[in-house]
Amino acid sequence: MTEAQAFRKGALDCAPFILIVVPFSLLFGVVARDAGLDLLQAMAMSVLVIAGASQFTALALLEDHAPVFVALLAALAVNLRMAMYSAALVPYLGHARLGVRALMAYLMVDQAFAVAVRTYEAEPAMTPAARVAYYFGCMVLICPFWYGGTLTGALVGQAIPAEFSLDFAVPVCFIALTAPLIRSLPHAVAALVSALAALALAWLPWSLGLPVAALVAMITGAQTERLLLKRRRA
Amino acid sequence: MISDAAFWTLTAALAVGTFLIRFSFLGIFGRRTLPPWALLHLKYVGVAVFPALVAPLVLWPEATGGSPDPARLIAALAALIAGLRVSVVAAIVAGMGTLYLIEAAARLL
Repeated sequence: MTEAQAFRKGALDCAPFILIVVPFSLLFGVVARDAGLDLLQAMAMSVLVIAGASQFTALALLEDHAPVFVALLAALAVNLRMAMYSAALVPYLGHARLGVRALMAYLMVDQAFAVAVRTYEAEPAMTPAARVAYYFGCMVLICPFWYGGTLTGALVGQAIPAEFSLDFAVPVCFIALTAPLIRSLPHAVAALVSALAALALAWLPWSLGLPVAALVAMITGAQTERLLLKRRRA
Repeated sequence: MISDAAFWTLTAALAVGTFLIRFSFLGIFGRRTLPPWALLHLKYVGVAVFPALVAPLVLWPEATGGSPDPARLIAALAALIAGLRVSVVAAIVAGMGTLYLIEAAARLL
């Protein structure tokens, strides 16, 4: 696979996520204006942070008159998962130049990560350069739609009727991302533990239930795989 | 109303903090390989994080003030089944489609 082919394949593979990114970013634009932010503020947040879930978290807490440091901690806790993405991408993209890696870090979002890692695992023959091109291909469509969706949402604001239940596009997006990742029994066990632990730990302050649940689920998945392997050998 | 000072302090700190989280491993360990135990655990990052994000949003949606909504629960189940059996796009269509259908039916009744 040449770099150009990998780039196009990345764009094509991630194109379906436009269907998710558009309502998600529209929703953020609408919610941001609703919370009293101006156009520049709504856009600044989407461009500087590009992490929808944390932007929603931060905004909701600020609107609720939480202190800035609490809103910041909660939003960063929501984003802690991306340290794990960062680590998961190292074997595939760690060879790139520092500047390129910094750009990849800035562009790292759930959708592109999920699709990219799935592709790297499925196609071990991909060259390192093709992997980098594929990664940027994944983001080439998502990123402008994220900015554009925020801008449109902030401009049209309340014109979107509540009947469209745009809020539900967020969980549906994450469900769509999870389903193809459940490839084995340990994956299914980890997913179940993750959901149950997040519900059980929802009382934890500052959204800390999310990283804790994820950590527990990750260990459960790995240990289940180890156990199954041992049993098969025995 | 959110004050300008609060907003810009938060946004600047969140932008820097989020970048550092994203850059952590790619930036620091870029040219090193990870030990096998780390790789074993990292295989489960996706399935460990997404369900934890989804579960509270589905069970306690903000749109209904945090109380469970049967329409959303059924729609989430439809999305999961479509995602497991068919594809990513099918999951989105099934999820949002089911929710719209139930809400439309509820308005008619």
